Amino acid sequence: MSATASVAARNRLAAHLRRRERWRWWEIAFWLAGLAAIFAIPSRVGLINEILIAGLFALSLDLILGLTGIVSLGHAAFFGLGAYAAAILSSRGITDPILGLLLSSALAAALGLLTAPLLLRGSDLTRLMVTMGIALMLGELANRNGWLTGGADGLNIEMSPVLGLFPIGFTGQRNAALYSLVVLFVLFLVARRLAQSPFGLSLAAIRENRLRAGALGISTSRRIIAIYTIAAAYAGAAGALLAQTTQIVSLDLFDFHRSADVLLMLIIGGPGYLYGGIIGAAVFIVLKDVISGATPEYWEFWIGAMLVALVLIGRERLFGFGRKAIGRLAPGHVQA
Amino acid sequence: MSGPALEARGLVRRFGGLIATDNVSFAVQPGARQALIGPNGAGKTTLINLLTGVVRPNEGAVILEGGDVTALSSSQRVRRGLSRTFQINQLFPDLTPAESVGLAISERNGSGADFWRVAGSKPEIVAEIEDLLARFGLESAMDQPTRTLPYGRQRLLEIALALASRPRVLLLDEPAAGVPEEERRDILAALAALPSDVAILLIEHDMDLVFNFATRISVLVAGRLLCEGEPAAIAADERVRAVYLGEDAHG
Amino acid sequence: MLTILLDGVAYGMLLFLLACGLSVTLGLMNFINLAHGVFGMIGGYATALLMNRAGVPFLATLPIAFLLAALAGIILERTLYRRLYGASPLDQVLFTIGLVFMAMPIANYFLGDQPQQVHLPPWLSGRLEFQGVGIGVYRLFLIGVCGAIAAALQIFLVKTRFGAQLRAAVDDARVASGLGINVDRLFAITFAVGSGLAGLGGALAADVVGGIDPAFPLKFIVMFLIVVTIGGSNGILGAFVGALLLGVLDVAGKYYVPSIGAFIIYFVMVLTLILRPQGLFARGDAR
Repeated sequence: MSATASVAARNRLAAHLRRRERWRWWEIAFWLAGLAAIFAIPSRVGLINEILIAGLFALSLDLILGLTGIVSLGHAAFFGLGAYAAAILSSRGITDPILGLLLSSALAAALGLLTAPLLLRGSDLTRLMVTMGIALMLGELANRNGWLTGGADGLNIEMSPVLGLFPIGFTGQRNAALYSLVVLFVLFLVARRLAQSPFGLSLAAIRENRLRAGALGISTSRRIIAIYTIAAAYAGAAGALLAQTTQIVSLDLFDFHRSADVLLMLIIGGPGYLYGGIIGAAVFIVLKDVISGATPEYWEFWIGAMLVALVLIGRERLFGFGRKAIGRLAPGHVQA
Repeated sequence: MSGPALEARGLVRRFGGLIATDNVSFAVQPGARQALIGPNGAGKTTLINLLTGVVRPNEGAVILEGGDVTALSSSQRVRRGLSRTFQINQLFPDLTPAESVGLAISERNGSGADFWRVAGSKPEIVAEIEDLLARFGLESAMDQPTRTLPYGRQRLLEIALALASRPRVLLLDEPAAGVPEEERRDILAALAALPSDVAILLIEHDMDLVFNFATRISVLVAGRLLCEGEPAAIAADERVRAVYLGEDAHG
Repeated sequence: MLTILLDGVAYGMLLFLLACGLSVTLGLMNFINLAHGVFGMIGGYATALLMNRAGVPFLATLPIAFLLAALAGIILERTLYRRLYGASPLDQVLFTIGLVFMAMPIANYFLGDQPQQVHLPPWLSGRLEFQGVGIGVYRLFLIGVCGAIAAALQIFLVKTRFGAQLRAAVDDARVASGLGINVDRLFAITFAVGSGLAGLGGALAADVVGGIDPAFPLKFIVMFLIVVTIGGSNGILGAFVGALLLGVLDVAGKYYVPSIGAFIIYFVMVLTLILRPQGLFARGDAR
C-alpha cells in the first residue's frame, strides 16, 4: 500500500474509533430543552426535579448494566445511602449542599467498593441476590436505627444556599431544579468521557464476552469493581440531591420497588447509550403522573404489562430502530 | 534465549472420576511450528485450558519462558506473552474489528485502563491497528459490528486478536474449524504469515493443515501423550494409525 | 426457648413448601421466576375466600388451593413462560417482575387491599403443653403436614421413575433429552406441582402471616429467594435445610434481637453468598 493510501486508511480508522466524540445536534437540543423546561413550566418544576434526580439514578445504573452488563436488583442501596447521608449531615450542621453532595457520594462509593467483590463470583442469581441483599440489609438497618435515621418519621433537612447564593429550600424550587440539572449534566459529561475512553471500551468488551476480555489481558475483576464504585457514587449523588432538594427522606428509598423502578426506567429508555436512563425516567414519571391522576392504584399494573410486553416482543426489535436513528454514544450495541 | 518457550510438566487434571489430562509433559521451542493432534475426546482443549490458565491443574506445572506460571490467571499469562484462540469464536459481537483489535493493543501497551482520553487518540496505536487488520485482510470490514462478518472473516479476527497482544507463545485451537471452503485459503495464508519468532502450538483435526504447517507433532490420546516427533515419523507410526483408524475404541 | 425453636421450625417448613417449587424451577431450567409468590397468593386467597364466603371447612380448601395454583401454573407456563427459557437473566427478571406488578393490582381490584383472614377451626387453635414446653397446635400441624409432604417429595424423587428423570434433567438437561426424556413435559409438570405446592403453602401460611393481601408476592419473594440462595438449587434437600435455617433464624432473631430484626437473615444470606456462592448444597462442579 502506498504511503498516502496508508495515511488515508489510518485517518478513516481514527475517525471511526472517535465517531462518537462530537456532540450531535439532538444532544445539545436535549440539554437546552431541559434547561428551558425549568423556566418555561414553573408550575411543574418539582416534577422536572424529580425527573432529573431519577435520571441521574438511572444513568448510574446504565454504567453497570448498559455499559458493563451487570444486572443489579439492589441499586437503591446506594441511592438510599446517599439520601440519608445527606440528610444526616445536614441535621448535624453540614448544610452546604455541594459539600454534602460530595460527602454523601463518597460514602456511597465506599459501599460500592466494599460490595463489588461480591459480584465477581457465583451465578447470575447469586449476583441478583447479593445486590438485593445489600439493599435489604441497609433498609433494615435504617429502619432499626431510628436515632440516626429518624425511622419512619424521617429527618428534618435544612440546606444552605448553593454556593452561598441560590437558596434551594421551599421558596427556591426553581433553583433546586437548576442545581439538579447542573449536577446531572456535569456527571453526565464525565460518564460520556468515560464511556468513550479505552477503559469504557474494555467495559463493553467485558459485557460482550468476559472470557475473551480476560484472554486479551484485561483484569476484568478490577475494571468491574472500578465501574461499580463509580456507579455507586453516581447513585449516591442522586440520593443526596433528592434529600437536599425535596427535604424528604423515607425508608422506602431502600425498597426493592425502587430498584425495580429504576431498572424499568433504564429499560424503557434503552440501556447502553447514556441518555436512556434520563429519557426513561422522564417517560416513567410523566406517565405515572398522568395515569395516577386517573387510576392511582393501577399504575403498577400498566408498568407490569409494559414490562411483559417489552420482553415478549423483544427489546432489540423495539429499540433497534431507535438506535440507528439516534446513533450511539457508548461502545457497542446492547443486548444486556 | 535457551530454554523452551512453553513447557508442561506432569500436568494432571481430573473432573469428578475422570482423568482428562494424565501426566502430560512436553515442550514447545521458541519459534516452533508444533501441532497437537488426537482423536475426539483426547483432552486437547482441556490441555489448552490448563496451559492458558482457564483451568487449574490438580498436579504439575506450566512453565512460560522459564518462569512458573501455574498459579497465574489467564489475563496474567497473556500479559506475560501467552495468547490463544478459541475453537468456537470468542469475539465481541457488537464491537467492530477496529475496536476489538484496538482494545487488545491498548491493553498490551499499558494504556487500556485510561479513562480520560478518547479511544483512538493515540496515533501509534491507530497505526498498529491498521497494520494488523491489513495483514489479515480485515480493513474493509474494520467498522462493521463483528457479528455481521462472515464466519471466515470472524475466524481471521479471532487469530488477529490473539496476535494483537504480541505474544511470545500462541496457542491456536482448531483455527480452521467450521470455516467454509472458499475462506479456508485465507486462514491457511494467515497461519503461514505468522511471525517467525512466535512459538506456535496448533491444535487441529485437519491433517492437511497439520502436515502443511507443523515441523513437530505431538499426539494426545485419552489424556496422555502417546508420542512426539517429526511429521513423517508420526505419519508412519503404527500406534498413531491405529488410534485414528479406530482400532483403539475411543470417542 | 424450645418454643421459639419449634416456632421457627414450623415457619421454616412453611417456607420450604412455598419455595421448593422455585428451587426446582431454578435448578431444572435455570429460570429465575420472581413471580413465584403469585401462586402462593392464589392458594391463600382460595382458602380464605372459600372459608369466608362459602363456608368450606379449612381442610377441604387445602387441596383446592393446591389445584387452583397448579392450574394457574400450567396455564402461565404453557402460554408465557416457555417462550423465555433461553432468555437472558435480565429478560427473565424483567418479565417475572412484570407479572408480579400485574398480579398485585388485579388482586387489589377484585379483593381489596385489606388482608383476607383465615380463621382456623377450633381443633387447630390453642396451645399444647408438653413437658413444660408450649407449642401452638397449628404450629404442630404445620410441622406435621409440611414434614410429611417433604418426605413424600423426597421419596418420590428418589424412588420413582419420574423422580429419576427429573434428577437427570436437573443435572444436565441436554444429556437427559438425548436419553429420550421428554424434558419439556417434565418441566411443565414440575412447574405445575411447584406452583401447586406454593399455593398450598400460601393457604397454610395465611394464619401465620396475618392474612393474605395483594402485597404477598412482593413481600415474600425475598424470603423464597433467600431459601434458594442458601440452600442451593440442587433438589429439595437443599431447599429444605435452607428453609429451616431461615425460619429459625428469622423467628429467633426477631425475638431475641428485635433491634436488628430481619437484618440477620439478609446478613446470613450475603455471608453464604460470599463463602459459598452456589449455596450450601450446590451440585458438585459449579456450572
